[in-house]
Amino acid sequence: MRTCLIVDDSRVVRTVARRILEELQFSSREAGDGQAALAACQEEIPDFVLLDWNMPVMNGLDFLRALRQLPSVRQPIVIFCTTENDINHIQQAIEAGADEYIMKPFASDVLQAKLVQVGLL
Amino acid sequence: MQAADFQFLSALIKERSGIALSSDKTYLLENRLGPLAAQRRLNDIAGLVAQMRSVRDEELIRDVVEAMTTNESLFFRDGKPFELLRTVILPRIVAARPKERPLRIWSAACSSGQEAYSIAITLLEEEGLLAGRPVEIVATDIATSMLIKAKAGVYSQFEVQRGLPIRLLLKYFAQKGTNWEIAPRLRSMVSFRQHNMLGECAGLGRFDIVFCRNVLIYFDEPTKKGVIERIAQVLAPDGVLLLGAVETIIGLSTRLEIVPGAAGIYRPVGSGPRAAVA
Repeated sequence: MRTCLIVDDSRVVRTVARRILEELQFSSREAGDGQAALAACQEEIPDFVLLDWNMPVMNGLDFLRALRQLPSVRQPIVIFCTTENDINHIQQAIEAGADEYIMKPFASDVLQAKLVQVGLL
Repeated sequence: MQAADFQFLSALIKERSGIALSSDKTYLLENRLGPLAAQRRLNDIAGLVAQMRSVRDEELIRDVVEAMTTNESLFFRDGKPFELLRTVILPRIVAARPKERPLRIWSAACSSGQEAYSIAITLLEEEGLLAGRPVEIVATDIATSMLIKAKAGVYSQFEVQRGLPIRLLLKYFAQKGTNWEIAPRLRSMVSFRQHNMLGECAGLGRFDIVFCRNVLIYFDEPTKKGVIERIAQVLAPDGVLLLGAVETIIGLSTRLEIVPGAAGIYRPVGSGPRAAVA
């Protein structure tokens, strides 16, 4: 079973994402901010990270930059999932090493399609 | 809905578009024509039919037919056909043809244009392979409203997220408020034309590659045969036809045959190794 880490400060969003991902046969863990997500990745690297942008303590972009610096054997696929929908934010995310980007609000089939695009489904 | 109204509407829609509606599709007529009746300030579908029976209103007939066409479309739908275009079909055509000969591709029943633009993006991503070869993508649809949208090339956030990788969105689109507008370079590669799949298509010219995906599913068998026959007439002897993943022409045509090992791709019978995909 593939593993994913859902990083979002909204418990509602995490729950919805978890439900979608579990239907797609992913085993999910959750983190409420970037720092907690980084700790989770240091413990065990997931296959992919579903990442919000605006969060307390450490935002999604700072988390991504720190993640890409980790001396890990393998790096997870990172899909941003955020209300930051302008082109500048998307460019920053891609430059920081994001593999895909989902603009909120989104339909569940979009998440599935993105997972297909990055080779996880 | 009265049975007589259903029969009137389904016969008209079949005659004008080829779309076959069985009696279990009454709900579809109600869902799609209800809003049109309201827009025309008519009480219900019965009122719509009464108006159509009393006056031959071509504009109303066109609106009814357009409302019944299914315009489900997304970028890089099903993925695989575009992968085959990039890795197999294009390299073979390029290798087999003189450089000056233009490559012509038809996106049949193109809806709001996502398929045609996905083809254009695939070609631009393989520019080195094409090496300056002229390309023309002809995209056709029966519905005026769809052609207007396709030509505009402006898509909502919801539409671009369905199938379009983010890197391609950044590369080929400009943000316009909450929408995304396709780059002029891509738009200039596609010419949009109105065309009914029931009509002759010889006027569109000859094509090397025809995308006619998820179109045949709406037609009955005689209509499917006619559509395939007309496509076969405009397909180059070494060209290919791509159908949707759930569609087949087995038993419907003696002019085209399935390409072994390539689901959904057909070539003229006897083209063998000459075909773009063999």
